[in-house]
Amino acid sequence: MKRLVAFCSGSLFGIGLFLSGMTDTSKVQGWLDLFGNWDPTLAFVMGGAMIPMFIAWRFTEGRKPIYAENFPSSPKSNIDRDLILGSILFGVGWGLAGLCPGPAIASLSFGGTQSALFVLAMLVGMRLTPSIKFRILNASAT
Amino acid sequence: METDWIMGLVGGLVIGLAASLYLLGNGRIMGASGIIGGLVDKSGWTSAADRIVFLFGLILAPSIYIFFFDVEANTKATTNVMILILAGLFVGIGTRLANGCTSGHGVCGISRLSVRGIISTIFYIVAGVVSVVLLRNLWGVI
Repeated sequence: MKRLVAFCSGSLFGIGLFLSGMTDTSKVQGWLDLFGNWDPTLAFVMGGAMIPMFIAWRFTEGRKPIYAENFPSSPKSNIDRDLILGSILFGVGWGLAGLCPGPAIASLSFGGTQSALFVLAMLVGMRLTPSIKFRILNASAT
Repeated sequence: METDWIMGLVGGLVIGLAASLYLLGNGRIMGASGIIGGLVDKSGWTSAADRIVFLFGLILAPSIYIFFFDVEANTKATTNVMILILAGLFVGIGTRLANGCTSGHGVCGISRLSVRGIISTIFYIVAGVVSVVLLRNLWGVI
């Protein structure tokens, strides 16, 4: 059942991303282009997605997930260097191509070599991150 | 177009439903970078099957939708190979360092009022705006 839930959730996510226009890089870059020809769509997508999730989080209180033992533990509140550095790096990449991980994967079937190349580079980046994290840790220790 | 924000809102609600289903059903945060990253760096191999079927749905669903409703699908992404590779690397490393992306920190984090999610989202949006404004409007690179 967990797998069916994961499949349905992934499918809905993909449909939602496509319908909302978030697999269209010109809409994402248009939203980030604050001082140019600004496109407000992304704000509606983010807002729309938060409505069911806001209710869902309220629903988790005092309950257990249907097919798992517990809900994700309370969010850590520590703001560390990795969070800030990572978010900035992600933002720069997001602006450069207009793609973030969800839409990049969702567009693999129709995004041609551009989506494939972006996803491949993203996977390489993800694979390298644990060793980059280790190096940052070492550099700050010495 | 005037209909863009309506589609954005509708698509956003579907994305929110997908995230709610994943949370209430499987007790997990629907974060694209976390689901992929856990497979790539082996940190999430104990739940590999769930992750794979999620990604399978994410790729398959938009392609079926496009086929059945015969709609136009185009990412309009840049054809500049260097920019695609650089953007993919930045997004891959950044999201794994920050431990989240637009779906994890943005949709799931903010709706939970997580401080890390809110701070991360502010930083990646500002970084995205700065990179688009500089690279597009000032230097004309993208």
